[in-house]
Amino acid sequence: MTEPVALAHDQHTGTGLSNNKLLMWVFLGSECLLFGGLISTYLIYRSRFAAGPAPGDIFDIPFTSVSSFVLLMSSLTMVLALSALQRGDIRNNRLWLLTTALLGSLFIGGQVYEFTTFLREGLGYTTSPFSSAFFTLTGFHGVHVSIGIVMLMSLYVSSIRGNLRREQAETVEIIGLYWHFVDVVWILIFTVIYLVPSPTS
Amino acid sequence: MSSADTTPATSAEIEDHGSDHEHPSDAKYMQIAAVLAVLTALEVATYFVDMPTAALVPALMVMMVIKFFLVAAWFMHLRFDSRMFTRFFVTGLVLASTVYLITLTVFEFWTKG
Repeated sequence: MTEPVALAHDQHTGTGLSNNKLLMWVFLGSECLLFGGLISTYLIYRSRFAAGPAPGDIFDIPFTSVSSFVLLMSSLTMVLALSALQRGDIRNNRLWLLTTALLGSLFIGGQVYEFTTFLREGLGYTTSPFSSAFFTLTGFHGVHVSIGIVMLMSLYVSSIRGNLRREQAETVEIIGLYWHFVDVVWILIFTVIYLVPSPTS
Repeated sequence: MSSADTTPATSAEIEDHGSDHEHPSDAKYMQIAAVLAVLTALEVATYFVDMPTAALVPALMVMMVIKFFLVAAWFMHLRFDSRMFTRFFVTGLVLASTVYLITLTVFEFWTKG
């Protein structure tokens, strides 16, 4: 009788590909539609700031540039975590997983600071169509990063408990795909929302 | 065991379905990260220099697309993995781009901003 654990890691599928990995790619393909909708909505409403602050007046580009750089570098640490596990280097795998989670947390901390600053400057969620679209887009992205941090920490805890070995490298790769996707979405958001000149009041 | 199980895979099948691939070295990943960092620095630099919008926006878009494809190809391993993964992702990407470009056009985004 086949061991259930062995079956999970030695799948023979019709495509010859891992079903789990394929499922993650299908999910990421569908996520393009979600974020595409949110980015388009923002673009349509960015000029409608009514009496509230305009995007060009309120964005702090140097600050957001630093947090964008932090998230970008977390993609490097994520791929180094996978590379370490594929070599069977558990110690470095844990180190890079934890570093990735910390960089992600730093990014989220920056986003919380940015949102708090905007609120203090009079930009609430319902202030204008621009503010609603902005908070919905960046908030959804922040939730994705937060879910990624939870997944990374669960990998770290699994590793500490001795349950994350070289044979489970595909699990780390799949969570890594999600993490890189979140980074790729921020590459789009950072350019389209922050760097492309925005309307001013 | 059926005969299908023992038929050797063709080279095209191996290329298309093979997922037992060699990933790049850590040094290569760091090189890619360095390129991404330089591109980000160039993007941010555009904020501090006075550039006409007609030149600024295309320059930003080109750098954004290069960064996007570097992460997808190298960090997400699309360059090395089965092409089927690329197809699923690109299908979502093309579908989203098409739908939302039409949406932006309907809302006169290109003319009224």
